[in-house]
This record gives sequence, structure tokens and C-alpha cells, in this order.
Amino acid sequence: MGDEPLVRWDWIWRNWDTGRPDSILALLESHIVMAFLPVLFGLLLAVPLGLASARWRWLYQPTVSVMNVVYSLPSIAIFIVMLAITGLGQATVIVPLTFYSLAILIPAVVDGLTSIPDHVRSSAVAMGFTPLRRLVRVELPLAVPVVLAGLRVATVSSISLVSVGALIGQGGLGYLFIDGWQRQFTTPIVVGIVATVLLAVTADGLLVLAQRLLTPWRRA
Amino acid sequence: MITFEGVTKRYDDGTVAVDDLTLEAPTGAITVFVGPSGCGKTTSLRMINRMIDATDGRILLDGQDVREIDPPTLRRGIGYVIQQAGLFPHRKIVDNVATVPHLLGWDRKRARARAMELLERVGLDAELARRYPFQLSGGQQQRVGVARALAADPPVLLMDEPFSAVDPVVRTSLQDELLRLQSDLQKTIVFVTHDIDEAIKLGDTVAVMRVGGRLAQMAGPATLLTEPADDFVREFLGRDRGIRRLSFIPAKDVRLAAVPADLALDASGRPLGWRTEGGLLPYGTFNPERDSLRAALDAALLAVNGTAVAVDEDDRVIGVATREALDEVLGQYAARHTAPAPESPWPEEAHRTSTPRAAPGSAGEAPGPDEPAPTDPGPGDRSDGEGPHG
Ligand SMILES: Nc1ncnc2c1ncn2[C@@H]1O[C@H](COP(=O)(O)OP(=O)(O)O)[C@@H](O)[C@H]1O
Ligand SMILES: [Mg+2]
Repeated sequence: MGDEPLVRWDWIWRNWDTGRPDSILALLESHIVMAFLPVLFGLLLAVPLGLASARWRWLYQPTVSVMNVVYSLPSIAIFIVMLAITGLGQATVIVPLTFYSLAILIPAVVDGLTSIPDHVRSSAVAMGFTPLRRLVRVELPLAVPVVLAGLRVATVSSISLVSVGALIGQGGLGYLFIDGWQRQFTTPIVVGIVATVLLAVTADGLLVLAQRLLTPWRRA
Repeated sequence: MITFEGVTKRYDDGTVAVDDLTLEAPTGAITVFVGPSGCGKTTSLRMINRMIDATDGRILLDGQDVREIDPPTLRRGIGYVIQQAGLFPHRKIVDNVATVPHLLGWDRKRARARAMELLERVGLDAELARRYPFQLSGGQQQRVGVARALAADPPVLLMDEPFSAVDPVVRTSLQDELLRLQSDLQKTIVFVTHDIDEAIKLGDTVAVMRVGGRLAQMAGPATLLTEPADDFVREFLGRDRGIRRLSFIPAKDVRLAAVPADLALDASGRPLGWRTEGGLLPYGTFNPERDSLRAALDAALLAVNGTAVAVDEDDRVIGVATREALDEVLGQYAARHTAPAPESPWPEEAHRTSTPRAAPGSAGEAPGPDEPAPTDPGPGDRSDGEGPHG
């Protein structure tokens, strides 16, 4: 790298928005898509699965065990296996990351539901809530804080995991690491790191804000 | 009326929580289930609204087997208050109180109006309606719990150790409040507690239960104190049964003497103390219209001359009760007590007539109001002496 500066601003300006898929903005965009869709899908699947595990306790342990095994698999290995199934599209990254999100969100939903104090649940029963209404009006709203906490972890880890997909050509900002490393050029690497961190911090901040707005009823 | 007919509850693990319980909880009265922890009180209570179903026997609500009623429908007609209040943390106080009206399909406006009315009724400031439960003290939460149970005006109220988790001062005020409400509303209340003093204070009828879910004795509180059925009940009632029974004798029959010269009064006729050469000495007061003989005796024991000062609602002295006057009434009491008993040797009259009920601790030695007046909460809610949680 010699006497190259750490960051060459002119490179950033030139590559910010070229309209090509490897421009910084385009990479950021695909990074966002590949990071958030898995969390969204994960949440949509985790609610029913979590509800089922909370209702039928025997389901919980097997579900969590399976999810932990999935979580322990190296992401790059899964990406490569997925290549054979989904090819070189974004789905190759989105599908495995959905499973990672699930591994975090299912326990969050179950914990959220089981953290509801017994006296609150039984007073709902005693008031004459039907089971469905109790679920929708009392139990799910009360599970929100714990689910949101899980959502924060899932979102941030999803944002950081997307980069690995660069090794198979679908990694959003991760492309900048490979590009910089191959060319022995630090600017893209720094840009990739800064952009990923900013993205994670912004997403987390939005979720904290959502937490504030959705649960004004929690003690500060 | 709630009728238990040979009700038994055996849990899946074989525990017999309630064993062949037969009793009646009369309409419009407070029936207390009292007994040591684990004796099956909660189980008995929850069988009424079918949170638990009996293994054997029947529970009738005004003659109808509760098992013939769909549980949510049954429960919406029965108020329920528990120890930790069980408020919904995510709903504002007003919405918590309006829960059952909502479930019953009342329109929003009417439900809210009703909730506000109830909050006032249990002595909470309208300010609090917009708060969340965590912003209230334990005592305030308990009041909200009571308001919520009353919201749809159910004829029956089930209360499971509702005041056990609050400090003694707050507990006393909640108990007084409940009695005041009950004298207006005349609900059929089943009240569960492990505290015999609370049972005696609140119950029109007290059912003492022993571990294993058996009924040990069911009687009015005064009868319970004088005629415990067996050693278990006697032991459970504890010491000073005779003195405690005086709480049920109104003080209104005590002969009052004119105010003696050595009782110093202020300009408006309130007592200052007993005049002696050394200065003013402590005195004790009782209100003959409201207090019990126990309070009168207590007031007498607080003064060095053994004379109790009788005061009116405004704490103005209306006379004094000498030791001899108190002795006369005590003598009558003892005589009636030992006389061959008709069915109920003592009408439990002191019990229902006054609100708040003759309170054993209401004799005061210091000038100033003995008790906060129940009608004037002042600004804010009635102080429970606790700050908000958190
Ligand atoms: N769900 C349950 N399964 C098994 N045993 C229970 C259950 N609930 C209560 N018990 C037992 O039944 C007995 C009575 O319990 P409970 O009605 O809660 O008593 P109390 O309210 O008087 O303390 C206790 O021995 C308790 O351990
Ligand atoms: Mg209990």
C-alpha cells in the first residue's frame, strides 16, 4: 500500500453512485434487503412457532435444539450448500439468514410469553377473556418488549452476517472487503466497515425508538 | 347465594386440596375463608368462577350449577381481586378498570365513564386514570384492582388475599374502604385470607379451614371468638380472644358522666389533657356512636385516672366514661356471655351498623383527628404513604 492514505475520498465520490451494481449505494441497498428480509420472515415464522412452543411445552426444547444446531453451522458452509439449491441469487443469503433470525426470535417469543406474570394471566382468565382474545389483547402485547429485544439482536447480527455472502458473490457491502483486499486498497474496506456499522447502529436505534413508542407502559 | 355441596378437589398429582366442603355464602354478605397457607382457600375460591373445576360435588350460584354456565360468561358476572392486583401492565388505569365492560360489549364512552366513576368510588384521584400500573403504589394498585372487579357491577365478588401484600397502615385503610363500599353495594363477597384478624374484621361469616381442605368451623366472628369449635380453631384464633371480642360490642351503651373540671379543653371543646400540678397528662378518646367497647376501654387505659374521654364526630368532648361506667357494661357483657345461650347469644350488631366498623385502634392519646375522615380524601388520592413504584 506504500504511502497511500488510509482513505481516498476521491474514490468514494467516484464510486458513490455510478448506477452500476458495485457502486457503494447499490451495495448498501442490496445489503439492506438481504439483512432485513430474513429478520422479517424470521419474525413472521417465529410468532406462530413460538406460540405453539409456549402452548405445548414439549415442543419447545426440540425446536430450540434444532435452531441452535442451525445457528452453530458456519454460515459460509450453508451459503455454499444453498448455492446448489437457489443458485447465485439473493435468496442464497436470505434463506439461511432467516434461519439464523428464527434461532434468535423463537426463544424470544417464547420467553416473552412465559415472562408474563402468572397473576396477570390468571386475572385475565378471571375477567372472562376467551383464550383467543386473551392472547391478542393481553399476552402478545406483553411479550412485545422481550420480542423487540430479540429483534434487535437478530437485526444487528443479520446485518453483520450478510457480508459473508460476498464470498459467493452476494454480500452487499461485503463486496467492498473482497475488492479492497484483492487490490490491496484500504479505502473500500474502510467504507465497508463504516457503512455496516452505521447501518447496524441506525437499525438498532430505530428499534429502540419503536420500543419506546410501542411500550410506554414499561418502567423506565 | 353461593352454595358448596360436598365439593372436593383432587389435583392430578393426587393432592386433595379441598375435601368435601359444604357451606353457604349468603347473598349480600362477606364470607371469609381463613386458614393456614395451603389449606385450599384459593382452590375453593377458584372453583366458584371455574378457574378450577371441582372433582366432586357441586357449586351453585343462586341455585344454578356453575358448571352449566360457559366459563367466560360466568366470570364476567363475578368480580375477582387478587393479591398482586393483577393489573394489565400495558393498559392505562382507566382501561384496566373498563376491562370487563369492554368484554361485555359496552360502548367505549360508557365503559370509560363507568371506569372513572369507579375510580372515584374507591378513593382514587381522576388524575391517576391516565397512568400505567407501574406508576402507582401497591395500595393504589389494589384499589384499582377493586374498582376493576366492580366495574360491570357484578353481584358476586371473589377476593383472594387482596390486601396481604401491602403494609399494615395501607391494609387497614383498604379494609375500611372495603367495608364502606360493601355497606353501599351489598355484594355477595367471598374473601380469602390467612390473617385471622382480617377475617374477624371483615367477615359477616368466617369459615375456618384446616390443611387438607376441611372446614373446621363456620360462624360469625364474635361467636368464633367465644366458642371455637376445637383446639385447632382456638389456636388459630390466637391470644386475647376476650379482649378482641369487645370489638364487636358497641360503646354506645356506656354511661357518660359530665365533663369534670380537671379535663382541659380548647376553645372549641376539644380535649387538651388531664390537668395536674405537674401539667397536662395524656388522655384517650372514643366515639360512642362509632367505636367499640374495646376502643373505650383502650381510651380509659391511656389515662392515668382510668377515665375515657367521649367525643363526637368533630372530636369535641361530650362526656367522660369512668372506670365504674365501663365496668358496668363489661359486667353486663360478661353476664350475657355466660347466660345459657339462645341460638345466637350475641347479635353481631356492632358489626354492620357503623362505617368504618368499630375500629379497635381508634382511641387516640394525642389531639388531632384519630382517623382520616373517610369522606374527604383531599387532593390527590387517599395517601397510602407510599411513593409510586420504580
Ligand atoms: N395446580 C396444582 N397442582 C397440584 N397441587 C396443587 C395445585 N394448586 C394447589 N395445589 C395444592 O393444593 C393445596 C391447596 O392449595 P391452595 O388452594 O393454593 O391453598 P391456599 O390458597 O389455602 O394457600 C396445597 O397443598 C397446594 O400445594
Ligand atoms: Mg392462596
